Amino acid sequence: VSPQVNDAQSTVSVEFTPTIPHCSMATLIGLSIKVKLLRSLPERFKLDVHITPGTHASEHAVNKQLADKERVAAALENSHLLEVVNQCLSARS
Amino acid sequence: FCLENTDPRMRGRGIQLLSHVLLQCYSLLQEKEVLHLVLFYESRLQDNHLVIPSVLQGLRALSMCEVLSPGLAVSVLKAIFQEVHVQSLLQLDRHTVYSIITNFMSTREEELKGLGANFTFGFIQVMDGEKDPRNLLVAFQIVHDLIAKDYALGPFVEELFEVTSCYFPVDFTPPPNDPHGIQREDLILSLRAVLASTTQFAEFLLPLLIEKLDSELQSAKLDSLQTLTACCAIYGQKELQEFLPSLWSSLRREVFQTASEKIETECLAALRALSACLSRSVLSSDSEDLLDSFLSSILQDCRHHLCEPDMKLVWPSAKLLQAAAGASLRTYHRITHSVLPLLLEQHTKHTQSSQRRTILEMLLGFLELQQKWGHVEEDESPLLSHQAPVCSVVFSALLDPSVQLQLVGIKALTVLGSLQGFLSSSNLELVVDHLIRLALHEEDSQSSEAAMEAAGSLAPTYPKVFSGHMVPRLEEELQSGRAGKGESYHKRHSLQQRCLQALAAVSTHTSIVKETVPILLQHLQKVQKGTEAKNTQDVISVCQSLHRVALQCQQDAEGCWYFHQTVMPCLLAMAVQAAMPESSHTLPGKALLEEEVLAAMIPVISAATTHLSPELAAQSVSHVVPLFLDGDVSFLPQNSFPCSFQPFRDGEHLEAQRRLVALLMAFVCSLPRDVAIPQQEWLLRELLALSCSCNCPFTATTAAKCFAGLVNKHPAGQQLDEILQLAVNRMEPSLAEGPRRTQALTLLLWVTKALVLRYHPLSSCLTDKLLGLLGDMELGPATADGFSLLMAESPDVLHKGCHADVRIMFRQRFFTDNVPKLVQGFHGAGPDVKANYLKGLSHVLNHLPKPVLVTELPTLLSLLLEALSCSDHVVQLSTLSCLHPLLLEAPQIMSLHVDTLVTKFLNLTSSPTMAVRIAALRCAHALTSLPTTVLLPYKGRVIRALAKPLDDKKRLVRKEAVAARGEW
Repeated sequence: VSPQVNDAQSTVSVEFTPTIPHCSMATLIGLSIKVKLLRSLPERFKLDVHITPGTHASEHAVNKQLADKERVAAALENSHLLEVVNQCLSARS
Repeated sequence: FCLENTDPRMRGRGIQLLSHVLLQCYSLLQEKEVLHLVLFYESRLQDNHLVIPSVLQGLRALSMCEVLSPGLAVSVLKAIFQEVHVQSLLQLDRHTVYSIITNFMSTREEELKGLGANFTFGFIQVMDGEKDPRNLLVAFQIVHDLIAKDYALGPFVEELFEVTSCYFPVDFTPPPNDPHGIQREDLILSLRAVLASTTQFAEFLLPLLIEKLDSELQSAKLDSLQTLTACCAIYGQKELQEFLPSLWSSLRREVFQTASEKIETECLAALRALSACLSRSVLSSDSEDLLDSFLSSILQDCRHHLCEPDMKLVWPSAKLLQAAAGASLRTYHRITHSVLPLLLEQHTKHTQSSQRRTILEMLLGFLELQQKWGHVEEDESPLLSHQAPVCSVVFSALLDPSVQLQLVGIKALTVLGSLQGFLSSSNLELVVDHLIRLALHEEDSQSSEAAMEAAGSLAPTYPKVFSGHMVPRLEEELQSGRAGKGESYHKRHSLQQRCLQALAAVSTHTSIVKETVPILLQHLQKVQKGTEAKNTQDVISVCQSLHRVALQCQQDAEGCWYFHQTVMPCLLAMAVQAAMPESSHTLPGKALLEEEVLAAMIPVISAATTHLSPELAAQSVSHVVPLFLDGDVSFLPQNSFPCSFQPFRDGEHLEAQRRLVALLMAFVCSLPRDVAIPQQEWLLRELLALSCSCNCPFTATTAAKCFAGLVNKHPAGQQLDEILQLAVNRMEPSLAEGPRRTQALTLLLWVTKALVLRYHPLSSCLTDKLLGLLGDMELGPATADGFSLLMAESPDVLHKGCHADVRIMFRQRFFTDNVPKLVQGFHGAGPDVKANYLKGLSHVLNHLPKPVLVTELPTLLSLLLEALSCSDHVVQLSTLSCLHPLLLEAPQIMSLHVDTLVTKFLNLTSSPTMAVRIAALRCAHALTSLPTTVLLPYKGRVIRALAKPLDDKKRLVRKEAVAARGEW
């Protein structure tokens, strides 16, 4: 995962690399990163979470999903999916 | 006639009455009466089932009679076994049956044994199918007694085993609010005691254990492993023989695969117990050595894993081997014999430092085991034959650039050193060289510290080598560091610091202390002559080293006395010299008289004094007190001072001398309580005067502390009362008005603390005075802060370490006595001083143990909530830190106030003070431990409000905000 933060322009861009090109969890990982950032960053920041170019088979599709605000919001309305994401984010105790 | 009534209910009640009477008066009965009653009750057993419970009660009463004639016990039990179908009775009545059996077993052991196996069989029938945990506890106890007291089990061993083992593993959760308080643990332990009590169960128990070990259930695994360990205490190789291979394979599988640390620990414990058990059993000549074959199978399965230090299974295998090796000397020899060469070989094969570290850590584990078996035996030990390669492996680790590897190497060195006779003298010198190099020149502070530790722990074993080699080298470095040879100042300085630390660290043996202390003192004398600011720092670091030495030789009477005798006069002489009026025009430049330096000397003197024996302390006190009172300098070295030393005399130029009261305080306040102080009354009066009249806050505070320290230890009586009266008289006018109100307040605070600690009756009067001062415009805030002084542990005087009279629970007592008054004062106070009361209260609460705080909470909560809206940030902070544990521990009560809490916390997150913001966010985080239903209405609001601190300009605040918001 490699983040780039621009405080002055209030943008955060995160690149992450899935374990294998066919990683089925890529969307979930991206979504989790996005949710964590949404919760932890001030509202002024614009988020951009995407896959490191050339590391995933359906890179473009996943990036598109992650960039789509509507789809992210809809995903978080889904209580089952939200629970999965929360599980991903819960601190290891 | 009730007893002959045709209605069984009526008969039952009659018998019940009789039984109750008997239960009250069984000890008064005569032998004949007992005989009669027993016969009657036995016949009643055949009666209607409604009557039986009362009959059993009666029999229980009779079973407690001492005059029961022989033979009756047996007949009662026979009757019960025959006539009563125990399992159809209620829990209470079954319990009665068990009590009868227990009573008889404790008093009529011989008779019952006469019954032979019939008794066992009868009991098995009684117990069969028991379900209630209360009864099971008793029943397990009976079975345990049956086995332990050697009752004849006859052909019923298997039945007895079946009837008990069916409960294994215990799976019982006590119902909520269970009044009987039987825990799962109780049942597990008593069942284990039964199962592990005899070797006769072995053939049935071991298969059961293996089966449960292979099950999926965590608790079952744990329980079987612990039971196995318990069994190994009595089993021999005959019992184990048949099952060893499968036991080993189960254990191996668990250790290799399990994710749970607990199971792993238990497996290793079981393996150790097994090997210990095998090595204990005596060998008969014809049977093969089971231990040998068992260990070979372990070795065979684990060896090849050791060759791959990157793989996952290295550590489990090493642990298994170490567990087996830790069982007995024999297993240790057998295993190290084969493993050590292997590890050494692997070390040469692998060159990466991470792999070498793993190998060395394993080696270390085996070396530590050797420590457990004591000294190395002459020719037997496999370790001795590999001495040279082991040493070279360890030394190469010390030279490696990797810090982690160095650390392990140092640890291994410590272990090697502690094995008597393992290191040859040339090796030892090498060791010392390595340690010096690491301690002084290693960049990384971690390994340098570890090297010093190692030197400290090895020094008592080889005092000669260390004092002959290490100490001179360090001294040399210390001096050359001062001389400076063109290196940068900073580098020289840090080298000097390291030298001082190392000198202190290595002083763990009296003979070494005698060499290092003069070096340190000499160094101190040279350093204090300079006038630059950095000298202060240097003097302080010498003092810290001296303090460390003092702590290390406290336990050793000779070293302690030597230290005291050498250091005390020297320090005092230097200080007195520095405080002479001639030199007083350069006062600010005098490094020795700086407050920080004096503060650093206090622990040195204090540590050198606390562990003195009373006689020696008395000897010393007879020198020091006259020094301060009469200016008697005769015991100090180089005692030709140009001017007299009179710290208690008036006069402007004596300001410097008065500061040395700090050293007097360090000494007299650390003396054991039974050492009498000469001219104590005079000393107390002088201190009192000084503390009230001196303008310098440092001197006044120290004098007050010294006075308080002495008052705390002063034996109760008229003298003490007089002194206290004097103090009060002196304080009152200066407290009321005048330029020295602060000094008077300091004195009052310290005296109050001294008296509160020892529960002196006057203490309540003084605290009332303090409470009154809270309402004072000028002194109020200082008084409020003083409450934290009262409740906190002070570092230099008035604590347990310096023999102060500290009663247990003085904080609780202070709390119950004074908090109502504080609350009352708060309500009656004017608006501008209210904050003082709240501050005082929150200081008291802050130092109170948490359990007490939680119980006292409801009464104070509203006040605390009010304190949150107080504008003083100290109050806010201490209130928040009070509320934080409460939120976590008493969520029920707190959830009643959730509305106020949420509002207040969120407001405080925008406080101008960073610490308050952090604390408020922590509390907001802690709010999430309240029940979800209470929190849901606030969720949106809190999350929105927490967005703001996310953009805080301080990183620490943002961190807390992220944690809190994430949790919400």
